Parts: sequence; structure tokens; C-alpha cells
Amino acid sequence: MSGSRILGSAVALILGLGLTAHGAAAAVFNPITFTLSNGLQVVVIENHRAPVITNMVWYKVGAADESPGETGLAHFLEHLMFKGTPTIKPQEFSKIIARNGGQDNAFTTQDYTAYHEQVASDRLELVLKMEADRMQNLKLSDAVVLPEREVVREERRSRVDNNPDALLDEEMNATEYMNLPYHRPVIGWDHEITELGTKKAIAFYHRHYAPNNAILIVAGDVTADQLRPLAEKYFGSIPKRDVASRKRTEEPPHHAAKRVTLRDPRVSEPEWVRDYLAPTYTAGETQHVYALQLLAQILGGDSSSRLYQSLAVEQKLAAGVGVDYESEHVDLGEFTIEASPQPGIPLDKLEAAIDAELAKILEKGVTDEELTRAKRQLIAAATYARDSMGTAARLFGIALATGGTIDQVESWPDKIAAVTAKDVNAAAATVLKPANSTTGELLPAAPQTAAAAP
Amino acid sequence: MRTPRRLFFAIFALAAAILPQSAHAVTVEKVVSPGGIEAWLVRDPTIPVVSVNFAFRGGAALDPADRLGLAEMAVSLLDEGAGDLDSQSFQRKLNELAVRLRFDVNLDEVTGSLRSLKENQDTAFDLMRLALTSPRFDSDAVERIRNQLLTLLARNAEDPNYIAALGWFHDAFPDHPYGRPVDGTPDSVKAITADDLKAFAKQRLARDNLLIAVVGDITPEELSPLLDKTFGALPEHAAPDAIPEVAPAPPKSDLTVIGRDIPQSVAVFGEAGIKRDDPDYYAAYVLNYILGGGGFSSRLTEEVREKRGLAYSVYSYLNPMDRAGIIFGGVATRNAQLKTSVDVIRKEWQRLHDDGVTDDELANAKSYLTGSFALRLDTSEKIAETILSMRLERLPIDYLDHRNALIEAVTKDNVDRVAKRLIDPKNLAFVVVGSPEGIAKASAEPLGKLPREPGFSEKPM
Repeated sequence: MSGSRILGSAVALILGLGLTAHGAAAAVFNPITFTLSNGLQVVVIENHRAPVITNMVWYKVGAADESPGETGLAHFLEHLMFKGTPTIKPQEFSKIIARNGGQDNAFTTQDYTAYHEQVASDRLELVLKMEADRMQNLKLSDAVVLPEREVVREERRSRVDNNPDALLDEEMNATEYMNLPYHRPVIGWDHEITELGTKKAIAFYHRHYAPNNAILIVAGDVTADQLRPLAEKYFGSIPKRDVASRKRTEEPPHHAAKRVTLRDPRVSEPEWVRDYLAPTYTAGETQHVYALQLLAQILGGDSSSRLYQSLAVEQKLAAGVGVDYESEHVDLGEFTIEASPQPGIPLDKLEAAIDAELAKILEKGVTDEELTRAKRQLIAAATYARDSMGTAARLFGIALATGGTIDQVESWPDKIAAVTAKDVNAAAATVLKPANSTTGELLPAAPQTAAAAP
Repeated sequence: MRTPRRLFFAIFALAAAILPQSAHAVTVEKVVSPGGIEAWLVRDPTIPVVSVNFAFRGGAALDPADRLGLAEMAVSLLDEGAGDLDSQSFQRKLNELAVRLRFDVNLDEVTGSLRSLKENQDTAFDLMRLALTSPRFDSDAVERIRNQLLTLLARNAEDPNYIAALGWFHDAFPDHPYGRPVDGTPDSVKAITADDLKAFAKQRLARDNLLIAVVGDITPEELSPLLDKTFGALPEHAAPDAIPEVAPAPPKSDLTVIGRDIPQSVAVFGEAGIKRDDPDYYAAYVLNYILGGGGFSSRLTEEVREKRGLAYSVYSYLNPMDRAGIIFGGVATRNAQLKTSVDVIRKEWQRLHDDGVTDDELANAKSYLTGSFALRLDTSEKIAETILSMRLERLPIDYLDHRNALIEAVTKDNVDRVAKRLIDPKNLAFVVVGSPEGIAKASAEPLGKLPREPGFSEKPM
């Protein structure tokens, strides 16, 4: 019941260091990649443990690529991609996959949109054909688009409006990113979702969906020799197209610590969140990325971490605490600390104790012992991650769709192993600055916690 | 456009018909230690990792009425100090070796899992031994975990899904432990003592209610002595489990509203279902796929989401517990339209009861349920969960080889008959949390009595 979340979402952690079944050293997934003449990048990750494959098509477009006033459009289009083509009836896409014993879904983030199917390996050709079809032939009408808009509004209510945690997150992002489009929610503001429609969706589709803006990833019971002719057959003929550039408005230097306080009558237990604007693999001071992954582990990665030890075990101020670092954004990411107080502990007391721990790490740095332990855990997490081909496909997809490389995934354990305590201390000093921070407080509406008010 | 479309689908239908019957590559071996402890093993040397999933029959339903949450609290403390190691030393050992040891509890069983790199296997098994056979329950750890549970309870009380499920179970099982919260209540959690926790470990974790599944880079020869070393010191017998069989009570009201000021109403619904050992289980499983288990292929999704845009998610599932079976579902719709969602779901309930399913629906359900079975066996963790579920459900060791044939054998007559038997619109009860319009507001919520969302665990169908 300790509170670490870092391994869950820090998807960089997914490589391998161990030995293969044949005893040869295998530092990585060893994917094979090639690019079709129309610019479609293809990645194959072979693994023949089970007679199944994961197929993913990633588009290098997300919510941050929307124009102002049309929040939620990238995600709305993701829903509409299941609404048919001239050869696939509306609502049929997922049913065809299911009839073939497969599962499918899709997801949208600020930086990418991905579609995926998991099927028996003898159905690979079917899913390639269907994905290639909807890459070029999406057909929409108000009859399917308008009910789906209501579905998305219900999705927003379920995920955000019914959930004070998510509302705080939305408000914090809007505050934290002053000029990057990340200040807008992926799902969209409700008043703008209601203005989306068929025309806007089709325009967005034509602007961003093209083979030269996509990555095809197949992991599992398949070889590159099997995949290549099929990829050529179904995707090779799709013409290359000019796609909109991802050049976004840039974040200016921040000069002031920010604070967001959400009071909500639905809340009974307060929550505390601190986001620091942080570099990623592709933005800001990128040399700190690996050190920050280790810093997150040392600070809040498990029940032996600094924050859990100090706040939950020794001072008995926190019920749970966790640290998460998002290193795979096209633009700047976040280094996040979250804590829930023990019953009756005011947030200002909890915050002061967290700040004292951060001050300590900035002053004295990390120890070699904790660095060694953190490295061992991250590198082990890489071995564990090799259990799932779906995870492998996601790792490469995220890296490539955010402007990273295959090697970024392949060399990850080596890069983690090479980080020194000095590197971690330098990274901490760069990121953990008050002016970089946005502090969020989720509080009950009732006045009994007035002591914790700003 | 019509012709090519039909042709397209015809090709797929043909393809579906030639799916191999046994598309998995998993062999389950029985390993019995010299001391008589049995584990089912799937060897997989692909990656240097060993995973163990285990369960003790008898879960939170056995908690004394004034100590609700006891099992939850006890299992949360098993890895918080054991043997000579205090809480911090124990956790540090796990963390240093990147060993993951977890415990959980539901109404019917205590479950646990261990995952370790091959190189740390012996130490990992030894830490598991300590946690199971000599947990310490030191007061410092007990109070910390108690506070975490109290925080969890407070957060649960804010969660409309939790409140709704709790309300439903409370109404359906008013005089049975299944109507009580797995996580307890603030009062019951505060009342739990170290003696309660020690008694729990002694009485409920034993060899005769233990089931073990192992997957990974380990041979039967290595595993066999480890089983004795790890589990041999557990008591031979668990305390008796006399939880009675029960059926959900006939609903007093077909819809109960628990008022909350939220923009979207969250509803759960359900009625008596079917237990895992019922001869109609496979027909019911196919039936539920068609009704609300099949995602975009289900009737509920088609009618509520696709046609009317009334919800992002609507679903049903079978929940075959040890002493009762239910069919259960959920939906969330804006307050102004919640009533429409309820009406549509009721209509689908009635239609299924009256008319049964079509041949196409049956064929599509079977092709999904058989074809997708291999997808449940593509990672070590999924395999370990599936094997353990087989043991919990008392299925034979070669079940994986026959499971698809059991689905294939289901006929339209079976499904239609089971629809008449299970899908009874008169007994379908809704609990809604929110401010739904056009529905009279009823009771205040039974706060402090809310059970956790009941067994969502996937069965190895």
C-alpha cells in the first residue's frame, strides 16, 4: 500500500537486459524497422511465445496539434475512425475484429493517436487491410457523427466532471503550461466539444492522417519477412501527403510559482499535487532525462523511497505518496509529486514536510546506495516488461511518435546504468525550482480545513 | 457499394469458421512436493522471471460483523514486517531485489502473487514464506496501514461507482456477508486489534485451503522443494468456512436513487445469475456476451451508446461467486437522460427474455469467445491468473484443451432457455447515484456501510 506510480506510466522502462532462451546476450527487443516509399515507418518485434500478434498504427498527431477553439477534435476523430469507410459499415469495424476472435481499441494523448488490435497471428492480414483502409477512406456523416459527439460528452462527464481529481488536473495543466498547447485538455472543453462536427473532423483527418505521418508496429508471432510484403500490399499504395507541421508555440521562462486550489463539496479527503515543468527526450535540457527517471524512483518509486519513508513512516503525515515523471512528450513534460494526508493532517503541514525533503536532496544530493537500488529496480522493470508484446509495441510507438528513436528504447538500460549521483543532483537542481512549479490542492468545500487554505 | 461490402464480410465469416480449436501453446504440469503441497506449473524460459499466484479459499465474507475489513487489513500487513525483519527491513529487501509481493482479498478468497527475477528466486520465495507464516503486525505498521485504509474508505465514499455497487449489494444480500463491505467501515476498521490480525493469519492461511499456480523460468525439480520450504510451515487446516448459499433478495424497489450533486448519474443493475458449476454456465456466458459482455458487439452498447449516444460505457457481466451467482451491469448517463438509459436497458432485458438470441448473434459470440481465448494466455502474468482461476473454479488440469469445445457446444436452444431462466425483467434492480431527472428521489445513502465493488475478477471461461 505504499504509493508509487512511477513504473506504471513511465513507459521508458521497458527493455531487457537478461538472457534469451538461447543464452545469447540480448540487451533489447531487437526490433526490425523499415520504411515504405510513401514514408510509412514499420517496426516488427518478433516473439513467438504465443500464436498472437499486437498490431498498432500510430499517428503523429494529438490534442496539442489542434487549433484553438477546437479542443477535443483529435480525440473525437479517434472515435470517428470506427465509423466506417465505403467497404466497412458504420459500427462494423470492432465487430469484424471481434468475430475474428480479436480485441481492438484506440487512444489519444496530447502528442499521438494510436489504434490497436490483438488477434491470432493468422488474422494479421485482415487487420492490416482494415487499418490501411481507414487510413485513407474514412467516410463520415452526421447520422453517425452527432450521436458519437454525445458519447464523447458522456466520456468527459465520466472521466472529468464526475471526478474532482481530474478537474484539479485539468485546472493545473491550464495553469502550468502558459503557452504550450498542453494547457488544453485532450478530451476537450465541453463547450467546444459541442461545436465539433463532421466537417471539422474530416478536415483534421485530411490534415494529419497520412502514411508519412504514421508508424505501423507489429509485435508477436510474426517475422519481418512475413510482414514486409503485406505492409507493401496494403499500405504501400497510399499516397504520401503534405501534413501539418508540429511546430508549436513555445513555453517562455517561468518566473512565478503557481498555485491552484479546488474546493469541491464532493471531496472529503484532501489531496496534494506538485507539478514541475521538466525536460523530455526531445525538449528542454534533454541531457537530464535519465537522471530524472532515477530521481523519481529515489524520491517516490517505492515503499523504501525518501518521501514514503519520511512522510508516511517517520513523520506519519501522509497516507500515500508517489512520484511520476513524464519524459516522453514532444514538448516539455512534468515531474509530479502527489500525496494524500493521513486523516486530520492539514495540507500545509504536509507540503512543508515535502518541501523540506526536496530541500534536503538539493542540498546534500542522493547517496550512492539509493542510486544503486534505483538503477537495479528500473533495469529489472525492463526485464519484467519483456513479458508483454503489447508493452513492447507501445514503447516503440510512444518513442517514435514523440520524435524519439528506436535506439532510445534499445539503449535505455545502458543509459540508466551510466547515470551518476552527480547527474541526478544536477537534474534535481535544474527541475525542482519554485518558479517551475504548480502546486495543486484538492479540498472539501466545508470550512473545517480552512487551516490549509493558501 | 452493397456487393463489395457483402463480399468483404463473407470472406471474414469463412475465415472465422476455420479457427483452430486449440490455438494456445500452454502446457500445465502438476507438481506435488514431498510434503504433499500441489502447484500447477507452466514452464516458460523465454524471460528470466518466475511468477507465483496463489489463493486461500475464504475471504472477507468470513470477517466478523464487528470487524469488517479485517481480511483487507491483515493481508495489507503481511508484507509489513515478518520473522526477524521489521516493516522497513522487509520492504527494503523486496525493493532491493525488485521482487513484487502482493496480497489482496475479495468476498470469497485471499489472493497473492510473487514476481521475481530468476536470479533472486530463492530469496523471493523465502520472503513470501515469512510473510505467510510469521507476519509480525507491529503496532507502528498496523497504525500506518489502518490510516491508509481509513483514507481509502473516505475516498470510496466519494466515488459514485463504489457507492452504487455497495448500495446494490447491500439491498440484494441484506442478511448475508455478501452484503457487507470488503474494506469495512470507519468504525469496524478502527476496532481491529493486533490480536484480531494474528488470529486471522493463524486461522485463515492454511495448507488445506491453499491453491498455487507457478509460471516462468523454473523446473518441477526446482519448484518441488521450494513448495515445502515456503508453505510447509502453514497450519494444516483453516478454520471452517460456513458461509451459507444465498440468492439475491427480490428487489423492494426496481430503482433506488442515492442523491448526489454530480452532472452524470452512475447506475448499476443486476439480479440473480448463475454459479460456475451450473450446467448452464457456458450458455449463460455466451448469453451475457450478446447482452452486454461483448463491448461494441453487445446489444446494450448498440442500443445505449451507438444508436442513442447515452453513455460512454454500458456493460454487463456474470459474477459467479462461491455462494451466489449474479448478473450485474453498469451505465453512466447525464442526469437529464439517465431515465432513458434505464428504460432502454429494461427493454433489452425484456426482449432477451421474450425472444432469445439470433443465429448470427450466437455464431458471432462463439467465434469471438473461442478465437480470443489465446489472447488470455500471451503473458506470464495472464497465464498465472488463468491457471489459478482454473483451480479456484475446480476445473481439470487439461481444461485449456477443452474449453473452446465447451463454448462450441452451446446451442441456440440452450441460450434461449437460459434467457428465460436468468433474464427476468421483474427482478432487475437498479441503484442510481446522482441527480437523475424524472425519477423520484429516494433514500439517503447507507453511508459507512458501503461494500467495495464486488468481484470484478475475470473468470477463466
